[in-house]
Amino acid sequence: MSAPQAVRDAKPATKQAPGLAAKVLIRAENVAKIYTMGEQTVRALDGVTFEIAEGDFVAIMGTSGSGKSTMMNLIGALDVPTTGTLLIDGRDISKMDADDLAEMRNRSIGFVFQQFNLLARTPALRQVMLPMLYAHPRPVDPEGRARQRLSQVGLGDRLDHHPRQLSGGQQQRVAIARALVNDPKILLADEPTGALDSKTSEEIMGLFSKLNEEGLTVILVTHEADIADYAHRRVTFRDGKIIDDVRQEKRATKHAAAGGAS
Amino acid sequence: MSLWDSLGVAWTALRSNLLRSILTTLGIIIGVASVIVLVAVGSGARSEVEKQIASLGSNMLVIFSGSSRVMGRSAGAGTDRPLSEADMTAIREKVAGVAAISGQLNGSGPVVFGNNNWTTTLSGVHADFLSVRDWPVVSGRDFIQQDIRGTAKVAIIGQTVVKQLFQGSDAVGSTIRVKNTPFLVIGVLAIKGPSSFGRDQDDLVLLPMTTARNQILGKSTLTTDQAGQIYIKFDPATDLKDAQEEIEAVMRARRKIQPGAEDDFNVRNLAEFMKARTEVLSTMTYLLAATSITSLIVGGIGIMNIMLVSVTERTREIGLRMAVGGRRRDIMRQFLVEAITLCLIGGLIGTALGVGAASAVASAAQWPVLISPGVILIALAAAGITGVFFGFFPARRAAGLNPIEALRSE
Repeated sequence: MSAPQAVRDAKPATKQAPGLAAKVLIRAENVAKIYTMGEQTVRALDGVTFEIAEGDFVAIMGTSGSGKSTMMNLIGALDVPTTGTLLIDGRDISKMDADDLAEMRNRSIGFVFQQFNLLARTPALRQVMLPMLYAHPRPVDPEGRARQRLSQVGLGDRLDHHPRQLSGGQQQRVAIARALVNDPKILLADEPTGALDSKTSEEIMGLFSKLNEEGLTVILVTHEADIADYAHRRVTFRDGKIIDDVRQEKRATKHAAAGGAS
Repeated sequence: MSLWDSLGVAWTALRSNLLRSILTTLGIIIGVASVIVLVAVGSGARSEVEKQIASLGSNMLVIFSGSSRVMGRSAGAGTDRPLSEADMTAIREKVAGVAAISGQLNGSGPVVFGNNNWTTTLSGVHADFLSVRDWPVVSGRDFIQQDIRGTAKVAIIGQTVVKQLFQGSDAVGSTIRVKNTPFLVIGVLAIKGPSSFGRDQDDLVLLPMTTARNQILGKSTLTTDQAGQIYIKFDPATDLKDAQEEIEAVMRARRKIQPGAEDDFNVRNLAEFMKARTEVLSTMTYLLAATSITSLIVGGIGIMNIMLVSVTERTREIGLRMAVGGRRRDIMRQFLVEAITLCLIGGLIGTALGVGAASAVASAAQWPVLISPGVILIALAAAGITGVFFGFFPARRAAGLNPIEALRSE
């Protein structure tokens, strides 16, 4: 099949798989995030080093308080590390100001949230157009692009539907279309199936697998093992450190086609 | 994010809370409407007063007989010594800066032309009367000295009389009968409109002082050189306060009023009188302006309050906008535009209400009301500034949110 397939085949054995053909998309070097609450300091991340290659499908796991959410916030350029360097697509976010971070999020990262985070009383098409409002320069045909992304996630016939008129799975698909609309480098999903039933969860995960096969880097933050099974690599956090980092190849192929309609 | 996009987002947000938006803007609506009404009515009233001041004549003093203590002396009016032409001569000789002087002796009676008759004010005046009062003649001519000296039977008539006797056609050259004596109409006065006390200043017939005193108003009580009220016009450079004191001194001496005793005459500057009225009017305007500014401020606080609520309610939305690339300034602008839009919509509604109310006042009270586009612009600008001022704090709060916490909020 295509290049992503080859990338996947090339990797299973190695742990920190970057090597070979794939370009390193995210590189964390000794990243720490320390919160100070009164006299107490909390080391949410305590010297984390790892790399994620372009085209990979990574599940970040860990219990509450393990540091996985903090890691996600950093990878999502929502926050900057206290110490260490974090390169995303070749740029060090630890040296960025708020505007640069916003631009990075706009251009390189697509967010998918547990609670979908759609705007109330806004049709699907407008939801998907939202990130393009903040893009510089503005895309040429924002509406056409949004329409195309909605078809891509199988909602080509729901352009005018408001969140209330859509099922949970459909809402999450709108959110995924929104995440894709600016052609990001990374799709960053935070418990994307946490609010969905198991059948819908499978469909959504199938969609992620399909997008990953098409070449998109997908990072999944979850505490559910069977959701993490869809990924090719599983990184587990505990107490602000990576305690496990394994390659896996289980369910991905089986559900790859279950996703969108396009 | 373009301004146009911000407007679209603001509009959607405001529409989704329509009732709340409308209630919030009430303060602004009332504020703007009252600004427009008060300025329209106020400037109308002022222009009216200014017209009246102009019709009174500038640089002019007037002397009445009688005391300024009207209440205390009214019973003794008949005992007051009338003003005379000798007084006029003395003033002309002894007071500096007198440009022109004229008496005005008033009475009333019927005037007749053809089948029409009309009872009006009959005033005997000297030749300089019209120039003292700054009353122009629109057709015909002014009095000349010969008219007075020769007790000519000539008349200058006001517009109301023209309307009543001549149905508005040109009266000059016609002969009217004043108390059965024929008079030739030599001039017609320009329209002056009602006085500040509502008296029709156009309803009068002016006659030469001599003719009026001897043949028309002739009563046994009139002395041979009685002059009625004396109007004095001064050179533009003259200080009217000094002139007034000089006149009072001359008159007291002529009337042998003891030092310390009260004047039995009265010197007034009518324009000053009217100016005082203008000042009262300005004071009222300021008070009303303060009221409307207060209501704009109260309205603005309402806007600020609701914007703060809105920021809290939409914290997640703000977090999302930040996550998909909205910069702080984009968020700031969005909420500022929302507040300003809210205020401007209130401003527009207020303008419509204000213009409507002012027009209603105008037609109900026959009061001149001036609605200038400038006032509307100022009112809208005030609404917009209110939006900027009171929208700033909520907008800054929105822009200052931490995206991670905002996304996590309920």
